[in-house]
Amino acid sequence: MSDEYEHKLEAKSDYAGDASSVSTPDIDAVPDAELPDQELYHSHSWWTTYVFSQDAKYIGIQYALTAIGTGLLGLVLSWLMRIQLAWPGLGWLEPSSYYQFVTMHGMIMVVYLLTALFLGGFGNLLIPLMCGARDMAFPYVNMLSYWAFVVAVVVLLASFFVPGGPTGAGWTLYPPQAITAGTPGYNGGIILMLISLILFVAGFTMGGLNYIITVLQLRARGMTLMRMPLTIWGIFTATVLAMFAFPALLVGCLMMTLDSLLGTSFFMPAMVSLGETLTHEGGSPILFQHLFWFFGHPEVYIVALPAFGIVSDLLSVHSRKTIFGYRMMVWAIVGIGALSFFVWAHHMYVSGMNPWFGFFFATTTLIIAVPTAIKVYNWILTLWRGNIVLSLPMLFSLGFIVTFLNGGLTGLFLGNVTVDVPLSDTYFVVAHFHMVMGIAPILVVFGAIYHWYPLVTGRMMNETLGKVHFWITFIGSYAIYFPMHYQGFVGVPRRYYEIYDSPYVDVSTLLLNKFITIAVLIVGAAQLLFLYNLFASARLGKKAEKNPWKANSLEWQTPQMPPEHGNWGKELPKVYRWPYDFSVPGAKEDYIPQTQPPSEIIGAKVEKT
Amino acid sequence: MSKKKSIFQLLTEKPWEQDQIEADNEHQGQTVNLTKQKLGLRTLMAASTVLFSLFVVAYSDRMLVHDWRNMPEPWLLWFNTGILVISSLVFHQTTKYAKNELFDKTKNGLYFIGFLAYSFLIGQLIVWYQLMNTGYYATSNVANAFFYLFTTIHGLHIIGGIYFWGKTTSKFIKRSLKKEEINNLIDICAVYWHFLLAVWLVLFGLMLSS
Repeated sequence: MSDEYEHKLEAKSDYAGDASSVSTPDIDAVPDAELPDQELYHSHSWWTTYVFSQDAKYIGIQYALTAIGTGLLGLVLSWLMRIQLAWPGLGWLEPSSYYQFVTMHGMIMVVYLLTALFLGGFGNLLIPLMCGARDMAFPYVNMLSYWAFVVAVVVLLASFFVPGGPTGAGWTLYPPQAITAGTPGYNGGIILMLISLILFVAGFTMGGLNYIITVLQLRARGMTLMRMPLTIWGIFTATVLAMFAFPALLVGCLMMTLDSLLGTSFFMPAMVSLGETLTHEGGSPILFQHLFWFFGHPEVYIVALPAFGIVSDLLSVHSRKTIFGYRMMVWAIVGIGALSFFVWAHHMYVSGMNPWFGFFFATTTLIIAVPTAIKVYNWILTLWRGNIVLSLPMLFSLGFIVTFLNGGLTGLFLGNVTVDVPLSDTYFVVAHFHMVMGIAPILVVFGAIYHWYPLVTGRMMNETLGKVHFWITFIGSYAIYFPMHYQGFVGVPRRYYEIYDSPYVDVSTLLLNKFITIAVLIVGAAQLLFLYNLFASARLGKKAEKNPWKANSLEWQTPQMPPEHGNWGKELPKVYRWPYDFSVPGAKEDYIPQTQPPSEIIGAKVEKT
Repeated sequence: MSKKKSIFQLLTEKPWEQDQIEADNEHQGQTVNLTKQKLGLRTLMAASTVLFSLFVVAYSDRMLVHDWRNMPEPWLLWFNTGILVISSLVFHQTTKYAKNELFDKTKNGLYFIGFLAYSFLIGQLIVWYQLMNTGYYATSNVANAFFYLFTTIHGLHIIGGIYFWGKTTSKFIKRSLKKEEINNLIDICAVYWHFLLAVWLVLFGLMLSS
């Protein structure tokens, strides 16, 4: 990496002697801009303004709303599944519908809600604003990325309406069962699912290209990489992971599509199905599992890293304290990202692998706990002796820390082969991954929405409704997932649409199933409060003052709030400091925005470390 | 002080210290000294490399199974490979012409490259046709399926390249861009052409050697 400012630094030190002799050295001076300002695309019609918009802020909102809308369907599917599990006697669902709902719920939540929301939604909204750019590097490609996502969602939803319905293969789509008779949607739904994923990957690649180039090349003057807010570090690293991980999904999807449509044998072994010998021969289902999890594990961090970054910023702003260990946080984000490519086979301990192979992957998995633990300690140390404001973003961030820690600890159990084997495919696993990559990132999503809502709409969301929403969601999630850990220990298998009478299923399991379902219905309904708050506050909310949270980062320093097209008015911002100068001794206010020049804060001094 | 900074130096900066603040205030906001199109292409090539590497891994894994039957390599594939090599060479020369502002030579070079790219695609389709006529269907053996898959994915990359070649050529002929801008675009297309040649050589070599 070359940094062109360094040779100018030498030049500067040459005249440093004269500068001190001048009575008033201009301490605010920065070198003139050497790079031309970005050419902006201006829309001309209603269509290019509101539908095929090329403004990253607007695309971010489009992404977020589409993702949340799809996510709501995932939520409703989880209701239907839980009602079936609690009262199997009702005959509420067919077994095939249950499997289809499990599959669609999983895929929608992981890919179409969380990935699209964190990278497409928050990425588009925040990257240009936080880096000090006017827009993304390639606005047209960015627009294409969103519309590819929309088509992917439409194709996915279309699978509900084809004969046979959506695929019921589980979100991992393992062949041979995914495309063999007996699995719901084995010849219609699965094809649409695979096509939808291929479209999603294509769309994401276009978006990811924008995020990477914008972060690397289009920052404001003075914004070095190590001055970026951790939100941007998280989104950036997650994007890099996604660019390397999604090709694996693409390869798996393409080859399985061919196996299904043309009858090739990439993954399909020789089989007898319904008494007939299939034409497939010699394919390797394990190969698909490797490809899928080479994507699937980084995917966990594609969701988690933006959440880590965002929550770091929320904690820092709402406790009025410098983030503890900024560099350590950056290293942890990068380190976790790199390590996440070496742990995938811990999802496959029961696939009959060589024990040494399992040993290797157990070791790498446990090593990932080190940078992750560093992050948790740093969040707690950021809070220590901070001026903690229990605002909505802070509440959700605190909820995140606890939930993530909880889910992470069960991850340590499951990362060990010997512990994983008996727990594999039980509700313990379901509880683990819902805690760590379901509830934890969703809490961050809520915190982030409450935090950045004024930036988007210029109004605040309702605090009381938000608090009710928080407590029901937080306590409710624990009511749902704590009992599942116990069920897993007892041995209740996942993906069964009905728990039959068997020696290990006693009355506690059946009662807990009812209890969990009631909690699910309440927590799900509480999200309606959030939705009402989200949409009603845009009109009825209290008008937000400028920079309502007194934050330092650039997105709050735009001339207008909400920022206009092009973000920065005539002049691009100049950055004089990192975004974590909170409660600096000697400063008038307890925050110093990144754009505040040194002459305005004479006397404020950061302690030397 | 060296101009280049390693990623480790970068990640150990302490942005809150006074010395670092003064150095950082001089920063222009760009990480690497490349145009955004050039860096964008590199990013895409990295993602594409991962894609093709995974195909190679899948191929190597699958070919160990007993049902694997090698495919014949028609001589036309060698011819198509030759076309790709020539088009890469021509593109290399064309970027030099463009730098020296030789308008006609650059224009002819670009046209010739387009012709070669289309010829390559047609050549690949003829190979497909020949193979299918001799009974090598995708379903008859997985080695054939891999061949069709590789050529399709590589061909789609070429088609993407042709799209950007077309845009660049028309901008070049209309002279609607500044010299550095159009040269930047021509350079990018050339790099992409070399990349696709390298990918093809790896895929073709893999199929030959197995």
